[in-house]
Amino acid sequence: MRHLIGRRGALAGLGSLFAWSYAPRISSAAGARDPRLLVVVLRGGLDGLSAVVPLGDPAYAERRTGSEMAQAGATLPLDNMFGLNRNMPALAEMYRAREALILHAVATPYRERSHFDAQDLLESGFPSLVRGERTGWLNRTLQQLPRGERLPPPRGLAISPMVPLIMSGAAPVETWQRQTFRYADDDTIARLLDLYEARDPVLAEALRRGAALDGVMQADPEAMGAPAARQAGLPDFTTDAAAAARIMARPDGPRVAAISYGGWDTHNNQGPVQGQLGRGLAALDAALGALRAGLLPVWRDTVVAVVTEFGRTVRVNGSLGTDHGVGTVALLLGGAVRGGRVLADWPGLAEHQLYERRDLMPTTDLRAVMKGMLAEHLGLEPRLLGRDTFPGSEALRPLQGLVG
Amino acid sequence: MAISLSLTRFGLLGPPGGQPPGDGRDAVLAQLRQPTLIPPGHGMPDLAEGLRLHRARAMEVVAARRERRRPEFVHQQEISRAEAEFRVSWAIASTLPLHERLSLHWGNHFTVAAQQSTSYLSGDMDRAAIRPHMLGRFRDLLRACTTHPAMLNYLGNDRSIGPNSPLGRRSRRGLNENLARELLELHTLGVDGGYTQEDVVETAKLLTGWTIPEPGPNGTDIAFLADRHEPGPRTILGKRYPEGGEEQLLALLEDLARHPSTARHVTRRLVRHFLGDTAPPEVAPALARVFQATDGDLRAVMEALVTHPASLSLPPAKLRPPVELVISVARMMGGRPARPMLFTTLRALGQPWMGAPSPAGWPEEDQAWASPDAVKSRLDWALQIAGQREARFDAREVAEAVFGAGLSAETRRALQRAANGGQAVALLAMSPEVQRR
Repeated sequence: MRHLIGRRGALAGLGSLFAWSYAPRISSAAGARDPRLLVVVLRGGLDGLSAVVPLGDPAYAERRTGSEMAQAGATLPLDNMFGLNRNMPALAEMYRAREALILHAVATPYRERSHFDAQDLLESGFPSLVRGERTGWLNRTLQQLPRGERLPPPRGLAISPMVPLIMSGAAPVETWQRQTFRYADDDTIARLLDLYEARDPVLAEALRRGAALDGVMQADPEAMGAPAARQAGLPDFTTDAAAAARIMARPDGPRVAAISYGGWDTHNNQGPVQGQLGRGLAALDAALGALRAGLLPVWRDTVVAVVTEFGRTVRVNGSLGTDHGVGTVALLLGGAVRGGRVLADWPGLAEHQLYERRDLMPTTDLRAVMKGMLAEHLGLEPRLLGRDTFPGSEALRPLQGLVG
Repeated sequence: MAISLSLTRFGLLGPPGGQPPGDGRDAVLAQLRQPTLIPPGHGMPDLAEGLRLHRARAMEVVAARRERRRPEFVHQQEISRAEAEFRVSWAIASTLPLHERLSLHWGNHFTVAAQQSTSYLSGDMDRAAIRPHMLGRFRDLLRACTTHPAMLNYLGNDRSIGPNSPLGRRSRRGLNENLARELLELHTLGVDGGYTQEDVVETAKLLTGWTIPEPGPNGTDIAFLADRHEPGPRTILGKRYPEGGEEQLLALLEDLARHPSTARHVTRRLVRHFLGDTAPPEVAPALARVFQATDGDLRAVMEALVTHPASLSLPPAKLRPPVELVISVARMMGGRPARPMLFTTLRALGQPWMGAPSPAGWPEEDQAWASPDAVKSRLDWALQIAGQREARFDAREVAEAVFGAGLSAETRRALQRAANGGQAVALLAMSPEVQRR
């Protein structure tokens, strides 16, 4: 990086201003923990059946005919029922190390077919669509975190140009996105800070924080900002993942963050191995591997949750793709996740077992998974989970035994 | 710092030397009296071309599915990029910057974002629905925007089927309430405007049939498809609208445009946009009275806003949204460098073209754009464009020529002490005088 030395200097000059300055201390039997949560939102509707393949269901092969679609069967075995798409070796490794918990036949309460509305529900955490001002369940989670010894409000992080709905709300959130422009030099930053301090305190505070955040990215030669080493033909999901890990792993870094990846709306030539979806899953796998590597020092206290707005039709459509469906997979990864399992109340893929005779029938409410994880991992109060985090879900029991 | 109404509060800065004397109020009022200039298309899709692209795409998707191949059509992003370049260039060159501000404001009030076919159609919505009416009557603006194919597509009304319509009885498809809800909540009455969920459902039924025009006989286009319109009278906000096909909606829009809640909601949004979050509470009601007394004459409302004492007395409050910043800096600097690309710039600054996060549009809070990463990205961007300025461009001279007495002592000093010319340009572009309005 061009301004390596100067950047360090500038960071020192900025003092402790890079301050999420917050550390929740959650007491547990194992002593005080400092947990971190990253939610990965896959936008477009991931075909769960291609990612985690129900090889043991005899109806699977019948429904997923067509050359490449059938190949998804050439997978890494997970248990007697499921195999993992062979483009996901890093996830397989985490599964073997019991750090990856896979949930199948999962869905939000949404049962229609609009991405727009489905993502809305996935992110807002509401039981049904609400228009107007909405907040996201991850932001409400921030507000409910047990406060540490220091009291400033916890801040969230969104790896995106704008705060996505899942992170929107009263708790402050910062954004980070991959650098488009060259980084400003420290001298100009310092001069502008002087000007803002005299004339515009709001901009001064924002610039100080923004510069510090970029400073973290540049602080060593392995740093972010430049795209990660790319594998030919794959979308680059790794740069953002490595950046998120880097920011979150800092002792004064944010404890709750969100990141999203698109490209899962595979209506045409889905190609779960070598096609569009295969490349997407390989890129996602690389990103999950980068997250684990970057968060390794705190992996024991980290949960990475991977969710998508809905699944896809069980039958292959006329253009070798799949259309918007319902049931799909969700992942929980992390050092304390009770992994190495696929949790699924498997509904079956025979036609009469499908939702509206076309989609994987959802048997687990995604909110129950998230509630269980939030209770066990972040120590959120069960009473608040059903009322504030996921409003209207009081009657929905959090899944237990996911983390810890 | 004395605010210039023509440059800052109601403007987009401008080239050095062209500044009107004094507070700029007369220059703003003069712009208000000008007829709105509709940008000639310059090859951008008009409605007919937008519809052609939309239909070609729909047919190609079906054909490709049948033939098991990847569909090939003009991608929305191609049109979007060209449209962004065109619209921003037009605004940079404009001699009526207030009109550009109004086009952006009403484009946000009636938000459409890239989805399905909206990018093919949204340029026409600006040119044919918003600009011709944004200084005319609100009811005409409302009618043009509500029935524009870009809006019907964005909010899913083209997929809304009356359950008791002939098509509804044949298919399993049903109502889509999106447009009805946003029409009441965002476009007219406001969320506290006094309507109920029942009103939303009734409005959704009344809206059925309005769709992206389909080819009719003799080369005509049909925008209202009777076979999906929910038959029967509707009751909305206590008033009965007898069955009448298209006329039913037009009657509802007339009433919504005249509703006191609409006057209040629309003027509140205008005040917040131009004066900021801390405008005195009496300004919006004063404008609402003008709105009602003039049957929604937006020119009269704007005149009342421009001549209101609060326009001059309030300091600049709002951080300019990225698209306004890009336009304003380019107007001040005499043009926009080709790199970084506009599309990329707007995305990096947090306001991708046609990318509003929801039908509520881009946020209007004064500090909405002041997030740390966004402010830092503005500086990175400013340095990059500063590196491409013409050698004779002197930030100190330009700052004096543009702002004159409005330039703060601190900004003046920062520019004079800058380490080099490029840094001075970046500091000027990042100065509160340029960033806030």
